[in-house]
Amino acid sequence: MIHCVLHDPDDGVAVVVVEGVKAGMTLTGLILDEDRTISLACRQDIPIGHKVALKDMSVGDTVYKYGVDIGKVVAPIAGEHAHVHNIKTKRW
Amino acid sequence: MQPSFQGYRRENGRVGVRNHVVILPLDDLSNAAAEAVANNIKGTMAMPHPYGRLQFGPDLDLHFRTLIGTGSNPNVAAVVVIGIEDQWTQRVVDGIAATGKPVAGFGIELHGDHDTIMRASKAAREFVQWASEKRREECALPELWVSTKCGESDTTSGCGSNPTVGNAFDKLYDAGATLVFGETSEITGGEKLLEARCRTPEVWQRFMFMFDRYQDMINRHKTSDLSESQPTKGNIAGGLTTIEEKALGNIQKIGKKCRVDGVLDKAEEPTGPGLWFMDSSSAAAEMVTLCAASGFVVHFFPTGQGNVIGNPILPVIKICANPRTVRTMSEHVDVDTSGLLQREITMDQAGDRLIDMMFRTANGRLTAAEALGHREFVLTRLYESA
Repeated sequence: MIHCVLHDPDDGVAVVVVEGVKAGMTLTGLILDEDRTISLACRQDIPIGHKVALKDMSVGDTVYKYGVDIGKVVAPIAGEHAHVHNIKTKRW
Repeated sequence: MQPSFQGYRRENGRVGVRNHVVILPLDDLSNAAAEAVANNIKGTMAMPHPYGRLQFGPDLDLHFRTLIGTGSNPNVAAVVVIGIEDQWTQRVVDGIAATGKPVAGFGIELHGDHDTIMRASKAAREFVQWASEKRREECALPELWVSTKCGESDTTSGCGSNPTVGNAFDKLYDAGATLVFGETSEITGGEKLLEARCRTPEVWQRFMFMFDRYQDMINRHKTSDLSESQPTKGNIAGGLTTIEEKALGNIQKIGKKCRVDGVLDKAEEPTGPGLWFMDSSSAAAEMVTLCAASGFVVHFFPTGQGNVIGNPILPVIKICANPRTVRTMSEHVDVDTSGLLQREITMDQAGDRLIDMMFRTANGRLTAAEALGHREFVLTRLYESA
């Protein structure tokens, strides 16, 4: 089963695409642009559609998805659930 | 790809895939009479809306352009227009009459609702009986105008349902179809990607004019952020975090190859085949209403969390790749592409499934939204009435 997908191999986050992803699971991730899979440890429960960070990030870092800047880190991320509590737009 | 579909050829040569007889109110005051006529005459459809009084300037121009474009859409066989006063009613009638299709207008002042409903019902009965004898004929694929706009997006939209539309758009573009996308605010963060897709520097400049105009409006009215409107509460619940992330997902709908050949203002009609960008709200019903007013006859609507939108005259095909939404809201989904995210189907196969559903819909199959009676007709306003 594929648990999460990412677009570009350098993306910092992957999207969870199944229900029931729990802390402690080992996740299989599909890199869409290359049609190959990777394996990663899951440290938190993550709802379907939400993102898991693929690496640790510090406040002010740029978050990449689709290989493109999607915003900045506003709270430290340590390989966990990545969403509005730790990432914000650089616009508006 | 199939070379043709079965459509209704209209007086001006355009091709529709539905055969509606519409009772179109000019203004809010005329909704009751329009609905009464549609109730009297079976097979007709009223399109009530809340606007049309004391509008002025570009906002009024857009009102007329949207109503005239809606009546002129080739999915509409004939139109009865009802307005509180004769002059503006006639303006809509004259605009629709330019297509050559049957259209009649009725003013309520000096008559009252009863007399107006009686006179308009007589015209509507003649129109619907005339339209009921229209037959579908074989039409070439490039005669099909296809629009797209996504809604209640989540992260599965960007990796599943939106690129499915993109794959289909690349194929339809090569086949010579007329295509449109829009949602100006939802390009934010992806402008540079779009620059590389524009056919000429002039197209890019025209796009940036529309983009900056929209950003100026947002900046005039915004509070600290977009007040949970961009991304929406639903988007955030679905896992989308920033407008840039949402925009990059949105842009997946124009595929990887097709070029942006031109830029349209709201409810403007394209002047040739290819891919067009239309300046538009990102609110689903507003955007789809503008697509219908621009003359598009089939709509691709990818969703993640499950938007239920339809349109009175434009069949809206829903595409979804979120397995939870497909499970919990299956009656709204026309094309399930959730297999993409489990590597069960390829993007090429997903695009072909959508194109197959496009042909079936064009040939007459009712979409989920049509079967469920979704008829969201929502006019875009630019500012307050006078």
